Amino acid sequence: MFQNHYETVFILTPVLSEVQIQETVAKFKQVLIDNGAELVNEEHWGLRKLAYPIQHKSTGYYQLFHFTATPELISTLEIAYKRDERLLRFLTLKLDKHAIVYADRRMKKVKSKKEEATAE
Amino acid sequence: MSLVNERIERRETVQKKYCRFKKYGIKYVDYKDPDFLLKFLNEQGKILPRRITGNSMKFQRKVGTAVKRARHLALLPYVADGLK
Repeated sequence: MFQNHYETVFILTPVLSEVQIQETVAKFKQVLIDNGAELVNEEHWGLRKLAYPIQHKSTGYYQLFHFTATPELISTLEIAYKRDERLLRFLTLKLDKHAIVYADRRMKKVKSKKEEATAE
Repeated sequence: MSLVNERIERRETVQKKYCRFKKYGIKYVDYKDPDFLLKFLNEQGKILPRRITGNSMKFQRKVGTAVKRARHLALLPYVADGLK
């Protein structure tokens, strides 16, 4: 089956407790894996200040998924996003060849930084 | 008394603008790091025109879409004052 590279970022409301955040992130990861997506990279940017208030909230938890999947999966993913009210905002996009190279380099950079952090 | 305009010395030739993406070989404008995109916004958060940034058309469009995506994700403001 033809698989594209996709990247999705979503923002969770800051009101959630740590456990609820883990649970929602795991829920969306499950949605991806159930429909046959292969997770390449995921990043959790944690609590960040928003540039403008969304739904009267000024901070939010950012989460990024980089995965390969068949095109049909995206509509099911977006329906899941729309249905979940803990989500402030989401953005899903297809990666072209330059973006894939960039994402890989970014992943290696983050990994090397992590190794240095653990090495010290 | 004849009015004489004093000689305005011409500024040395303006340094040729170049497209930073072509020069440094950047192929992809990432919407996820706002610090890089701030270079292409003015104080009010508006996208600077090509004649100021000196970008080539291809990369000015990529910067435009990246800034709009960053605004959607609240990484960049739609309207700001004293952004830099």
